[in-house]
Amino acid sequence: MSEEMMEEGGTIKKFLYVNRKAPYGTVYALESLEVVLIGAAFEQDVSLVFMDDGVFQITKGQDTAGVEMKNFSPTYRALEMYDVEKLFVEKESLDARGLTEDDLLVPVEVMTSEQIRDLMEDQDVILSF
Amino acid sequence: MLHIINKSPFERNSLESCLRTASKGSTLLFIEDGVYAALEGSAKADTLRQAMQDYTVCVLEPDLAARGIAAKAMDGIKRVDYAGFVDLVAESERVQSWL
Repeated sequence: MSEEMMEEGGTIKKFLYVNRKAPYGTVYALESLEVVLIGAAFEQDVSLVFMDDGVFQITKGQDTAGVEMKNFSPTYRALEMYDVEKLFVEKESLDARGLTEDDLLVPVEVMTSEQIRDLMEDQDVILSF
Repeated sequence: MLHIINKSPFERNSLESCLRTASKGSTLLFIEDGVYAALEGSAKADTLRQAMQDYTVCVLEPDLAARGIAAKAMDGIKRVDYAGFVDLVAESERVQSWL
């Protein structure tokens, strides 16, 4: 068995979650977040990408009191406690929406589309939401 | 006529289709993910600024707030609450929802 296959009795794979949907109009964003949290328990090598309307998931200042929905955006800040620390955002998606890194509620690495492409090629598993 | 748009202009073409077919003087109301059309500085801002010449443009404030963009909405857009939403529907002869 190869060295990378076994660590603490399990296989470590590189998981990439691709988030492309705005947070409240559909349930995709919340579902993705829940899968990420569940997956975190399996101690895999997890990365998250936010692109297209997915960048709105981590936009600062969300206040859902008026729409009577759960504001789940603070949970993104808790991800680092689950060792989910690799958060990437596509620059082109931010630009098209008039947003910058300062508008985001968690520390991220802003990447170009080309860098995201390379990141995707580097994964074992890609889950798209 | 009241046109209601509830889809993100970055993901769907509801806004473009509406603007192509809505008659002058109509009212546009953005709700749910449609409110992202109000973002100042976005790739859709010029489209919306243009639309404001011909239409009354409204946005549902609680949906802006939920998405964290209340401070980033363009000037010239009328913000309405749920009661204002009801008023718009009640005073409009026809309502077109761009689902």
